[in-house]
Amino acid sequence: MTYQLPFALQQTKDDFRALELHDRLQLLLEFSNELPKLPPRYAEHPGLFERVEECQSPVFIVVEVDVDKVVHVFATAPREAPTTRGFASILAQGLGGLTVDEILAVPDDYPSDLGLTEAVSPLRIRGMTGMLARVKRQVREKSAA
Amino acid sequence: MAVELDTATRFAEYAHPERLVSGEWLEAHLGTPGLVVVESDEDVLLYETGHITDAVKIDWHTDLNDPVERDYINGSGFAKLVGSKGITRDTTVVIYGDKNNWWAAYALWVFSLFGHKDVRLLDGGRAKWEAEGRTYTTDRESAPTVDYPVVERNDAPIRAYKDDVIAHLGNPLIDVRSPEEYSGERTTAPAYPEEGTLRAGHIPTAQSVPWAKAVAEDGGFKPLDALNTIYRTEAGLKDGDSVIAYCRIGERSSHTWFVLTHLLGFEGVRNYDGSWTEWGSAVRVPIVKGAQPGALPVR
Repeated sequence: MTYQLPFALQQTKDDFRALELHDRLQLLLEFSNELPKLPPRYAEHPGLFERVEECQSPVFIVVEVDVDKVVHVFATAPREAPTTRGFASILAQGLGGLTVDEILAVPDDYPSDLGLTEAVSPLRIRGMTGMLARVKRQVREKSAA
Repeated sequence: MAVELDTATRFAEYAHPERLVSGEWLEAHLGTPGLVVVESDEDVLLYETGHITDAVKIDWHTDLNDPVERDYINGSGFAKLVGSKGITRDTTVVIYGDKNNWWAAYALWVFSLFGHKDVRLLDGGRAKWEAEGRTYTTDRESAPTVDYPVVERNDAPIRAYKDDVIAHLGNPLIDVRSPEEYSGERTTAPAYPEEGTLRAGHIPTAQSVPWAKAVAEDGGFKPLDALNTIYRTEAGLKDGDSVIAYCRIGERSSHTWFVLTHLLGFEGVRNYDGSWTEWGSAVRVPIVKGAQPGALPVR
């Protein structure tokens, strides 16, 4: 059986790829504006977040795994870093609500496959690849217990 | 016809005050025929979130770099790019951006490789513009396509290649990276992506002067006195010196190149854009680790 991306990730990829280069940036900006607000328990405790060093601008990510092995992803990045916010938003929206196994099965090169590489440059896409890797690592750690 | 200069007194003390404009000047001159404002940022989406009225966007990575070879675009690529932004050979170009004009200075340096005559920086970039309460628009970029002549880059006066740096050893080198990169604790700026450099440290005898030392708290350039202290007194540069600045990929050092060339008036300053991503991976080039500049290698 061939691998099928989870629905939201597949839809994001299809949406980007259906657009011209410039419109892909606009869609990324929409994602950036939609980055969900942090729940109060994190908004007041930034120390619980892990910084993604691969990203040019500061972005922080934290993952929760609930009793049903469903994963919740929270991220925050400054307004002056819309590209980084957009990347975080794609992942938070696309991965949130998936199960541990579903997230670990997402290909590591998903960010390179969005059709954004040409629009934002390979170097910048690497930041999103780093974010995905960190989400997966946190998922592994937090589901092992 | 070049647009009139900003004669703000705070720029007058610099060697080439004609290379800077203030937010006040720019706001008053928006819409002047012959002026094109260019935004150049680290974040490729920042322009879309809001930019100065009528400004066009030039991205360092997707526009100025050749997509295949590790080099800048050539004369016809540059002509096509800037022509599509409404820039002619006689246009007064004012560049601004995020991160204390880090990428704006880089774009200005690339314009200079093509010998574009009148290219200036908005002092303080986005941060100062915003702090002064000036406005942005989210209008989509629109510029007439105009003719820009195909002028090939003239790299030699302001750009150093690796072999030039080797031949230059013994003359002043300025390493503008963070202290951790200089000493060899790490190969990337803190919190920046790893770009695959194999070795860490600095070029022997290079003085460590992190680029942001030239920036005042408001994001603009520091006054001449302070700059003289940093580069002449502390780093030991003297008039007549041949200087090469480098960083990791040549962007932070374009900022220092601007300071040394246009604010302090050093002649023949070159930017080594291969910088640490080339030097730190090259075979058989000398490297020094630790906080001291180190001695010249004996070969």
